[in-house]
Parts: sequence; C-alpha cells; structure tokens
Amino acid sequence: MSTHNDYNFAFIDENAKKEIRRSILKAICLPGHQVPFASRELPIARGWGTGGLQVTLAIIGPDDVLKVIDQGCDGSVNAVNLRDLIHRTTGVPTTFETAQASIIQTRHRIPELPLREDQIIVFQVPIPEPLHYVEPSIEKATAMHAEKDYARMWVSLYEDIVNYGSVTIGASYPVMVHENYIMAPSPIPKWDIAKLNMANCLHLFGAGREKRIYAVPPYTRVEPLQFEDKPFKKEDFSGHVCARCGAGDSFLDEIFDEASGGKYWVCSDTAYCDSRIQKEAAV
Amino acid sequence: MNEPVISVEGLEKTYGEGCGRCGECTGPDYNTNVCRYCGSVIALKDVSFELYQGEILGIVGESGSGKSTIVQCLYFDLEASSGLARLFPYDRGKANILTLPQSRKRYIRNHLMGMVYQNPLLGLKGYFTSGGNIAEKLLTADIYNYHNIRTRSARLLDRTEVDLEYMDRLCRTLSGGMQQRVQISKALANNPPLLLLDEITTGLDVSVQARVLDMIKTIQHELMISMIVVSHDLGVIRLLTNRTMVLKKGRIVEHGLTDQILEDPRDAYTQLLVHSML
Ligand SMILES: Nc1ncnc2c1ncn2[C@@H]1O[C@H](COP(=O)(O)OP(=O)(O)O)[C@@H](O)[C@H]1O
Ligand SMILES: [Mg+2]
Ligand SMILES: [Zn+2]
Repeated sequence: MSTHNDYNFAFIDENAKKEIRRSILKAICLPGHQVPFASRELPIARGWGTGGLQVTLAIIGPDDVLKVIDQGCDGSVNAVNLRDLIHRTTGVPTTFETAQASIIQTRHRIPELPLREDQIIVFQVPIPEPLHYVEPSIEKATAMHAEKDYARMWVSLYEDIVNYGSVTIGASYPVMVHENYIMAPSPIPKWDIAKLNMANCLHLFGAGREKRIYAVPPYTRVEPLQFEDKPFKKEDFSGHVCARCGAGDSFLDEIFDEASGGKYWVCSDTAYCDSRIQKEAAV
Repeated sequence: MNEPVISVEGLEKTYGEGCGRCGECTGPDYNTNVCRYCGSVIALKDVSFELYQGEILGIVGESGSGKSTIVQCLYFDLEASSGLARLFPYDRGKANILTLPQSRKRYIRNHLMGMVYQNPLLGLKGYFTSGGNIAEKLLTADIYNYHNIRTRSARLLDRTEVDLEYMDRLCRTLSGGMQQRVQISKALANNPPLLLLDEITTGLDVSVQARVLDMIKTIQHELMISMIVVSHDLGVIRLLTNRTMVLKKGRIVEHGLTDQILEDPRDAYTQLLVHSML
C-alpha cells in the first residue's frame, strides 16, 4: 500500500481496519443492531465524527471518490476538516456532487438526490442507543433489544401524544429496522427517514464515543415508530421554496435575514441547490 | 374446585452459599432462618401448594417469614434457588417456569400474571402518566392503536375506581391510594389468569383500605381470576381468601380453609397469630 506523509493508507493500521470491517460486516448481517468495536484515537476530537470517520477510513480504497457533508453542506468547517484529513491520508479524489461520490460521509442529513447501489453513506452518530431516553443503563437497553422489549419506548411516544397532541421528536426519530430492531437513525430530520426505507445504497453508522457500529443494508425496510391511527409526519415546508434555487421538494433551512429582519428558506443540501442553479444557468 | 392454575413443589430460596446442614438448623422449630453453620439465610424451604381456578389463596405470617419471597420468586423478581412451579395456562403446565429463559419469563409476566406490590411505585413508573403505565402493558400485547389503548386504559381505570381526570396525570403526583388503584389496573391490563397481591393495603389509610379490598373482591368475582394474597393482617386474609397458608421462618406451618384456620388454629404459632389479633 502506498503511504502518504508517513501514515498508512487511510491513517489507521491494517489490523485495526480489519477489526472495524469485521464489525461492519456483522452490522450488515444484523440490520439495525449495534455492534461494539474498538474505537481508535484519531487526530480529531471525539464528538467531531470520529465514529463515522473510522468507518470511512476502514472501507475507503484508492478508487473511491469522497464527499463529506455536515448538515447538508460540503463547505462547513467540520466537513472541510474531515474531508482534508481523509484526502491527505488516502489521496482519493473528493467531490461536492452527490452523484459523483462512491462514499458519502455525513452528519445530520441524507442528500436529496437518491443514492445508488454503488454508493455507501456513512453517518456520524453522537448517540447510537435509541432507548437511551427510556433506559439510561446500556446493559439493560442491550437486554431490551435482545428481547424486543420495546413497550417502554412506545410509551414515550404515547406520552408525547397525550401531552402535546403529537410526537415531538424532531431529529433522530426512532425507526424499526427489518421489523426487528429499533434504531437511532442519527440526528437526521424526519424528512430523511423515508430515504432509509428500501434504499438502493448501503448505510453505515459509526459512533466513536460509544464505540458502536450499525448498518442498514440496501433494500431493507425501515419504518418510523408510529401508532396506527397517529401517522408519522415529516417536516412541512408547504408554502415555502428555496430562495436560491426555487426548489419546493427539498429540506429547507430557515434563515433569519438581519438586513431586512425577515426570514427566508434555502435548501439544506447545498450541492443539490447548486446543481439546480447550474442547470438553470445552462438552459 | 376444578383445574389448578399454578402448582408449586419444593420451592426454595437461599441467600448465601448454603451447606449440607442448612435445613436441619433452621425453620419454625429453631425460630430462625439463618444457618448456624454457614450463615446462609434460608428464606424459603419445602414450600409446596396448588392454586385452583377462581380461588384466592392467602399467605400469612410475621414479618420476615418469607411471604414476599414466594410471590417474587413466582413473578421472577427473585431467582428461586430450587423448586418446580407449573403454570397451567403456560404450555399446559408442562414447563417449570422457574427455569425458563428470560424472554419466556417476560412473556409470562406480561400476559399470564399480574403483580401488585405494597409500594405502588415498584409496579408503576412515576414519570409516566397513569394511562401511560397501563399502555405499557397493553403495548406488550401488540396493541399499536392509540385510540384503542386510550379506550382500554380508561375502562381499566374505571374498574379500579380511578376518575378519568387522573388518566393523564403523572403517577408520582397521585396519592398512595390512587397509585395503588392504578397499579391494580395495570396488573389486570392483559387479563392475566393469575394475580399476585403483596400487602397491597398495608401503606394505605384505613378508610381507603376497605374500599380497595372491596374492589379486589368485586374484580375477583367478575373476572374469576385466581389470586395469591400476601398479608401479615389476618383481617385482610379473612375478608379475601378461601384457603390460607401460614408461614414461619420460611416454612409452611399450617395450610387449610381460611375459616377453619381462623376458628380452630392447630399450630401453636397460628394460635398465637390469631389470638394476637383478637
Ligand atoms: N438480599 C437478602 N439477603 C439475605 N436475606 C434476605 C435478603 N432479602 C430478604 N432476605 C430475608 O429473607 C427473609 C424473607 O423475607 P420476606 O420474604 O421479605 O419476608 P416477608 O415478606 O414475610 O416479610 C427475611 O428473613 C429477610 O431478611
Ligand atoms: Mg413482605
Ligand atoms: Zn448452612
């Protein structure tokens, strides 16, 4: 393997990569199940995506093309730092364009453009345990998963509806994977939940601090927890379009305009937004 | 009476390593449950009984005699040291439920048994509403329709005389008597054939006690549910039960029809118990 700047290809040593890949394979075999792995020290602080980063470094090869986003944006500091680190230690080309990437590492979003079978999306996960809010003990939560003892999780949704009329969970809405395990989809908006269901691509989730890896393989059923008569609802942007590209079918960020004191909305997925503007310009 | 609901043979619970001689130096004759040789606590030994459909069995005895240990072993809160317990609604009584894997025990707890503890907050989650606590039980029976859960919870709370306005209140904010009623509702949620009641009126005001006991009688009558009632209070035992076991230092000292035991206690210890009550 070629080395860059005295590091091993993709920074992590080959043995560690093998270990991580084993955990990834196990995670793929058990969709939604959290697999422990020996999280490494990386030249980046925990909480800044070390889980996702290790997954990416373990699977990336010289032929890959990398895209890194943070909240849908390729240009944010966190995304830039991670992309630089991976690029410097692998030499793989990087891209902003979703369609060009073979690996997309992300924090908090799934790109608007549907992903393909030859693409892998890697999520940075702060809290991998969906039962965390109803069972603080990791040991007990693990037993609850093993026994599909999910009543208490459901009660937390029930109580939300009693108190607020609907489920108030915004990001990281709990999902049932393969009718088997409840999974935290990482803090993506509800908007993105449907993209996980029966998707063409492989989804890998890495939590560095909690040392957990999990996966949603392609063509796997992923359903938000919902009562039969209280259907899950994603964010509603009706009446708004992106102020840059005019899109009315994407997840929008609300922006406060200091100059005018008003508000406007723009695509959270900047690459999607840019590609629409470019297409418009080309016409 | 007809078919048994549960039969228990040789139930034993030891705290400690135990030695070959634990049995010969503990029990009512020695007035201790602590082994003189090894220091182990023989909380239960040689406990055998049957409970028939629609029957209420009382377990009475002084504090520390092992009453709670019996129901907690049957409800799997405690792991029995040895013994055979067959629950007839489960696998037609073929299995020893005490040695089932955890997932099967959980199934039994959710569907075939209800437990009511002296302390309501052992059976309820204080940070959930009354309705939410009942919903938790209903959800284990795969009822995922919000409206159905609400309707069933309301009906269950009505049966235990909890005003509908308490349905959406957090359990920890309710009075002890109200919590106890909610706990009973929750225990009944999935229509279990067997209900275990451990000193359920002990912490309550006297006036509330009477109401709760009446309610238990009515529920038993309406649902023909089998019950094990644990109490140190012979008044409770007299009011509720058909048959009674008297427990002392982890052993059964007397077992028979409640009326007979109260009228004409044969065991010296039971005589003491009965007389202390008069
Ligand atoms: N963890 C423990 N270690 C040792 N002894 C215990 C433990 N828990 C309970 N015991 C003993 O078991 C006996 C039976 O307790 P229990 O069933 O609670 O009695 P009861 O309900 O009749 O008052 C008591 O002597 C008690 O001290
Ligand atoms: Mg007790
Ligand atoms: Zn001994």
